[in-house]
Amino acid sequence: MSPVRRRDALRLAGTALALSACGVKGRAATPDVTSFWAGKRRTGRLSWANWPGYIEDDRATLTAFEKDTGIRVAYREAIQEMGPWFGKIRAPLAAGQSIGFDLMVMTNGIQLEQCRRLGYLAPLDLSRLPNFAAHAAPGFRNPSYDPGNAFTVPYEAGITGIAYNTKYVDEEITSIAQLFAPKYRGRVGMMSDAQELGSFGLFSVGVDPETSRPSDWEKAAARLRRQRDDGIVRKYYTQDYVDAVSKGDVWLTMAWSGDVYTLTSPDVKFVVPSEGGTLWTDNLCIPRTASSPVDALTLMDWLYLPAHNAPLTEFVNYITPVSGVQEIVRRDAAQATGRERADLTRLGASPLVFPSASDMARLRRYRRLTPDEQPRYLGIFEPIARGS
Amino acid sequence: MPFSRRLAPYLLVLPGGLWLAVFFVVPVAMMASLSLQTGNLIDGFRQTFHWQNYTDGLGTYGDTFVRSLWYGLLATILCIALAYPAAYWIAFRAGRRKSSYLLLLLIPYFVSFVLRTVAWKLVLTDNGPVLGPLRDHGIVPSDFHVLDTTTAVVAGLTYTYLPFMVLPVYVALERLDPRLIEAAHDLHADRTAAFARVVLPLSLPGVFAGVVMTFVPASADYVNAEILGGPRNTMIGNVIQAQYFDDGAYPVASALSFTLMAILLAGIFLYARALGTRGILDTPTP
Repeated sequence: MSPVRRRDALRLAGTALALSACGVKGRAATPDVTSFWAGKRRTGRLSWANWPGYIEDDRATLTAFEKDTGIRVAYREAIQEMGPWFGKIRAPLAAGQSIGFDLMVMTNGIQLEQCRRLGYLAPLDLSRLPNFAAHAAPGFRNPSYDPGNAFTVPYEAGITGIAYNTKYVDEEITSIAQLFAPKYRGRVGMMSDAQELGSFGLFSVGVDPETSRPSDWEKAAARLRRQRDDGIVRKYYTQDYVDAVSKGDVWLTMAWSGDVYTLTSPDVKFVVPSEGGTLWTDNLCIPRTASSPVDALTLMDWLYLPAHNAPLTEFVNYITPVSGVQEIVRRDAAQATGRERADLTRLGASPLVFPSASDMARLRRYRRLTPDEQPRYLGIFEPIARGS
Repeated sequence: MPFSRRLAPYLLVLPGGLWLAVFFVVPVAMMASLSLQTGNLIDGFRQTFHWQNYTDGLGTYGDTFVRSLWYGLLATILCIALAYPAAYWIAFRAGRRKSSYLLLLLIPYFVSFVLRTVAWKLVLTDNGPVLGPLRDHGIVPSDFHVLDTTTAVVAGLTYTYLPFMVLPVYVALERLDPRLIEAAHDLHADRTAAFARVVLPLSLPGVFAGVVMTFVPASADYVNAEILGGPRNTMIGNVIQAQYFDDGAYPVASALSFTLMAILLAGIFLYARALGTRGILDTPTP
């Protein structure tokens, strides 16, 4: 079984809502590294929540880690989407209770920012992450969404760009402007996530999302709304665009790089648009209430040794934050034979997994929204995908 | 009457009553309080009696409310049209096999309805087994599609809630005394008249119950619009879901939920007043 689908399950999972309505208290996060880690000991056990398909099917990486360190890992594909995940962990974390996991993978964005600000995450003791210090690729250190890697280290990253089906589109797609072209009326897919959609809207009006201002948001939203009202958008997708673009329901669509690499038909191509693409990062972080935080830290550091990380990246096909992996993949390719050799060669050369410097230069992150900005940003972009 | 006898009804109602109090009344009260609060997840929510949550919600998503009710109504009418003949046939013509046919009707519902809805997607995709051949033979225009349209959403809703219409209508027809129809014939009613003046009126309580059980959940549904709908098919359930989970906008989401609840309750009340609730609980007796 090969398919890797990072955001596989339906977003519809969330029905039960544990809501403590009255008085959700806020707390500013102050990195209190020493006091948090004082007295914390290795337990030899670790419980890890991750997205579906984000590790080898046979869990080879976990087996290697268990053999190396003697720490037993309970691995669950418990995360389908950030909103519902945050909804699930918020109440216990606010009450200082365990969520049953010592390690979780969260995408940079609104919910991670909320976890940081609400003090739900354990401050990382960077002195215990020597491999991270030695091997983290430059683009993944000290990210704007978590200055100084105070709470997170990247797990894998990906690009939001454009996927198009060459069976139906007979020109080269190179820019976001083509997503607005009237000739593709009813054949364009956009993403419903406000940060994804907003970022593309901002690119389309020539603004860098990371440094955008509310007046830019209004301008971008107006453009996106026109695109919708002119009937150009067939559907706003959460993750099911993969099927739609493979089968030709939509011809071109916003897409995530790793999905396109593994999941779509060979007719589907992925491009980083000339205006820019979005670089998102899924991050390892430790909930403050974890019962085995030392073991979680050990795994974080272990994954940053290139030799440990390469097999994982060879499977998940997203962008690894660990430098030196591309060389290992190429070496593995040279040693492999047959189909595996072809696969690894393709991977080692893939601009989706190892983006070129010029692609990287065009990538931007979501804007890190302050608590004041967030409702305004969402108020502007959310209604578009909801048809209002 | 001994004390314990007088207490018995209350004791019997206690378990269910407690259940409802803890898992229905309390959450609803908390939601009501939340719907008037202001704040955000980071700084917390405070009670400020901010009625604007309601006007803001209606202002931004008024058209979505209208659309949801319209889809709910369409689905309900389609359900009646499909369910009544089926229930009629099973009740009067199926003989010994009544329960087999009812089971057949219900078998698809043993599969999770999300899965069933996703399966529709596979069937109705533009180049799929249905539309592909139709287009190739020139029966439908080349840019014709079903997915991501109103048709797909309403059809999905109709399908999802069909048994909630069939079953109450069937029960109403099933317990109708056949001697009443014979009596109608004896009194020179032809088949049409017997149906219109005896069978139909006596089955209306079932239809009434079916309408409530179909219209309310169909209007609040969000799965069909999510999977089968396009940008202009969003229903209010999708908005509420997203406000809770994606935006953390709990107050506005609660206000929208209450608005929906109020609209549906008012609708049912008016509907009951117009058609009368008599007979929902009464067994039609000769």
